[in-house]
Amino acid sequence: MVVQAAHNLWVPIVTLLIAFMLSALPMLEWVQWGWPEWVLIVFIYWVIALPHRFGLGWAFILGLLLDLLQGNHLGVNALAMVVVTFFAMLMYRRLRMYRAWQQAFVIFVLVAINQCISYWFQGIGSNASSGLWFLLPAPVSGVLWLWLFVVLRGVRRAFKVA
Amino acid sequence: MFKGDWIARRLVIDPLFKGRSTVKKFIIYGLISISLIVADYQFDQMQRIRGWLSLAVTPVQWLVDVPQRSWTWLDERLQVRDELIAENKQLRAQTLLAERRVQKLAALTVENFRLRDLLNSSEQLDEKVIVSELIGINSDPFTHQVIINNGFNSGAFVGQPVLDATGVMGQITSTSAFTSRVLLITDADHAIPVQVNRNGLRSVAYGLGQYDYLELQDLSDTADIEVGDILVSSGLGLRFPKGYPVAKVIEVKHSAGQDFAKVLAKPTAQLDRSRHLLLIETPQQQNIAQQGDN
Repeated sequence: MVVQAAHNLWVPIVTLLIAFMLSALPMLEWVQWGWPEWVLIVFIYWVIALPHRFGLGWAFILGLLLDLLQGNHLGVNALAMVVVTFFAMLMYRRLRMYRAWQQAFVIFVLVAINQCISYWFQGIGSNASSGLWFLLPAPVSGVLWLWLFVVLRGVRRAFKVA
Repeated sequence: MFKGDWIARRLVIDPLFKGRSTVKKFIIYGLISISLIVADYQFDQMQRIRGWLSLAVTPVQWLVDVPQRSWTWLDERLQVRDELIAENKQLRAQTLLAERRVQKLAALTVENFRLRDLLNSSEQLDEKVIVSELIGINSDPFTHQVIINNGFNSGAFVGQPVLDATGVMGQITSTSAFTSRVLLITDADHAIPVQVNRNGLRSVAYGLGQYDYLELQDLSDTADIEVGDILVSSGLGLRFPKGYPVAKVIEVKHSAGQDFAKVLAKPTAQLDRSRHLLLIETPQQQNIAQQGDN
């Protein structure tokens, strides 16, 4: 069908691929600590924009790929992504109404939840401790959202993703 | 519909995604994830599965490395002729020096073998080596891992020790067909048995999650260890071959009332810089790795 061909679902997939590459980029150590959770926030955008296309199944698969890429224990990021996506799906209509800074705050909270889950499950039996620095990607992701939202909305409109 | 399941009731209003199935899906995927985590902590077989699954992300790892590789490629081609000639000369001189040393080494090796024969010792001196190249660095700051371009197709195995030109880097913790993941000695989960080169004092060097430091936690306050001592691998864990440099002691802190001295050492390997690595293969170790697998 012509209608189906017009969904342009390859566009979100390409943005997610770019997000994966950004998250695997080698960095200076101090930049790494604050490096935003690219895959998560790009995926949250697509969940809010197209909740009928992107749901928990996608979140699970993406989380699993992220675990493989980062060498975490399998399932850690998958669990975090599934939980955060669930919250995002519960309030996507409200999120769409929010102003930019309100959205950024919600993203901050969501990424913080993600960080807590992955930090707790990854940290079992390890002797690493650096205080609360593991939460640093949350505010960074929140600020980044202000820009990313505009870019991804532009992309979505330009390619008429539905 | 469940009684009192307010989330389900709220979501079921929305025709776009059938509410109850979202909650159900959430529970199912959550449970799958948790059981995966538990399985990953509990069962060694997960290593294999992860090895094959990792193939899915290998292209991303290669793509991320492209800028670095193409820069090196360009750099090599754009170097001026004079520079190349100078470099060539320098390398020739180095080769000459190295060759002289090797000649001496050959004599020493033979002598060593004879002496070992006399002692009835069967210990091997020379190990087989695979040269490997770094293709990725883990972006997660909690774990110190790098990714190399040798997988089990080219003979890498889990537990294989990895060196660079100046010392011990770490060990392979998982392999896929074309890449392997190396856990560095500075990772907070890593420990390597070492001994002081000067007097043979044995200890264990723990990673702290910082690239510049290893810590010896179990040396008594009166132990004979000084700043500047070289720590070499002791071979006691049966994982790392004996005698490779690991770290140099940079701080020894004695504090009254503490049973143990606090000793910090700086790894001799260039953990955050080296691009060419050596995978060491000793027959005994391969056996151990295989036994571990079975």
